[in-house]
Amino acid sequence: MAKVVVVTSGKGGVGKTTTTAALGAALAQTGDKVVVVDFDVGLRNLDLVMGAERRVVFDLINVARGEANLSQALIRDRRVDSLYLLAASQTRDKDALSEEGVAAVILQLRDRFDWIICDSPAGIERGATLAMRFADLAIVVANPEVSSVRDSDRIIGLLDSKTVKAERGERMEKFLLLTRYDAARAARGDMLSVEDVLDILSIPLLGIVPESRDVLRASNIGAPVSIGNLASPAAIAYIDAARRLCGVPVPLVRPEERKSLFGRFFTRRAA
Amino acid sequence: MMMNIFSAFGRRSSAPLARERLKILLTHERRSGSQELVAVLHRAVLEALAKHIDIDPDKVEIEVRHRDTFSLLEINLELPAIVHASALKPQQAA
Repeated sequence: MAKVVVVTSGKGGVGKTTTTAALGAALAQTGDKVVVVDFDVGLRNLDLVMGAERRVVFDLINVARGEANLSQALIRDRRVDSLYLLAASQTRDKDALSEEGVAAVILQLRDRFDWIICDSPAGIERGATLAMRFADLAIVVANPEVSSVRDSDRIIGLLDSKTVKAERGERMEKFLLLTRYDAARAARGDMLSVEDVLDILSIPLLGIVPESRDVLRASNIGAPVSIGNLASPAAIAYIDAARRLCGVPVPLVRPEERKSLFGRFFTRRAA
Repeated sequence: MMMNIFSAFGRRSSAPLARERLKILLTHERRSGSQELVAVLHRAVLEALAKHIDIDPDKVEIEVRHRDTFSLLEINLELPAIVHASALKPQQAA
């Protein structure tokens, strides 16, 4: 059965789009059919991060308004067969997206995909509430930093009150994805630790993505970070997070421990 | 007070201060976020009680307390010294 996932955070610049692309690609690489949907109307960027910016003809709003059908608007990824993109529109009209329109698009997507990953815009306005509205599960992306954690707490409150699932009285499944984590700084007490953030937000941890230059590199070349350099700690973190989403009990390795594990692995292979 | 916290943790570790500030702030924000709900419940409880007994609206306190995995709705109401069947409003007594 299809799962609708919202990637959200409240605060901007914490890695929602990077996460949407990376998790989408990682899930699609398992063979599942995945669509990543950009809800950031007016400021779309998922197309750019996915390397499909020149292939956008129709977008989410066209489909929601019935100006194009889904097949015309879905952009198939050139690297991973079962990965598709539904871009946002660049219109400046904030009210271009209606709840009914989004509901209809999500319903159609549920028929065709295993995973529908909605990339939320920053903030708590219409775009953000529509992105989470029909979700079955939420991934809250946060940086170990006070303003990001505060905004995440606010978003968790909205997920528990403003979604269809919450209004039906069902429990919205929420996971924390901690990004831009610098284990050395956390160990020195210069950065909120994983435990600090988990203690404050009280939602289960999906993964820890270490601060990595591979993330910027991936967006420079327009490829999800989980495709390509599979030795990259960020790629490994996203691939592991995707497997956990699929229900595989992948043990969570802290970034500071990962290096030594890898070291050991390679030493053994060499020996 | 702030000076004490700063000097206690020194320059080397700022994360403990970040954690404490967040905990205090979010406790406050979560409470104010549920104020709207509390107001609605307050009205509903008063209406329900007023059907049965004469009650001083100022003597009804409603609060939502947040715990890790759940919230508690606490209703404190002060009743007249003795409450028995005769205190019930006539139309409800039967």
